[in-house]
Amino acid sequence: MTLVDILHLIAGVLFAGAAFLVLLRILRGPSIIDRMVSSDVLVTLVMLALIADMVANHHTRSIPLVLALAGTAVLGAIAVARYVSKHDRRSDGERGALQHAPRGRD
Amino acid sequence: MSDDWADLVSAGLLLLAAVLSLAAGIGLLRFPDALSRMHAATKPQILGMVAALAALVLSSGSWTTLLVVLPILALHLLTTPMAAHMLGRAGYRVGHLRDDLLVRDELEDDIQRAQRAGENPRGRRPGRGR
Repeated sequence: MTLVDILHLIAGVLFAGAAFLVLLRILRGPSIIDRMVSSDVLVTLVMLALIADMVANHHTRSIPLVLALAGTAVLGAIAVARYVSKHDRRSDGERGALQHAPRGRD
Repeated sequence: MSDDWADLVSAGLLLLAAVLSLAAGIGLLRFPDALSRMHAATKPQILGMVAALAALVLSSGSWTTLLVVLPILALHLLTTPMAAHMLGRAGYRVGHLRDDLLVRDELEDDIQRAQRAGENPRGRRPGRGR
């Protein structure tokens, strides 16, 4: 096992740990905004993992996939952000809710 | 020999991207509200992606790869701030932030000024405030 292999292995483990933590935040919420931000990060992590695979195994076959993800990842976030409404204020009664009163605006 | 060098540097860049990703994961878990979590989320999205794509170009060692990677980078750098802007705007409106963590909330001032101007149309005349 060469030094480069070991570095790739460490990078892979770190990516896996990061994906686990991001998934945990998606599960815990507490709001749709948190979940959407985490989903964006998860898409980025998938892209990074695809690139890491290409670097480690010396091929370039996944580049179209990364390109498609880069172009379309934004759509989900924008669609969700567009339809986040004031009703979602009431939805933070679950575990890990914000410890403050909702802002009394609009 | 130069191949070894490129492999080593690209492995280092990948490692940087991985460390940034882990930092984003920890930040997403530990930061207190949605807006602070967005701050943590941007680290792998921009710098991590740049590092990983540079690693890909270095390890493939061909200019063709650079030509394909540049549109990926351009698309990503253009669309990520769009998504972050929309999410931050929605998060502020719905109130998913902690007031006690803010040093200064300039948007709040502007919203109140706009509301006052709406109640009292004469107050909208130029020359009153900015």
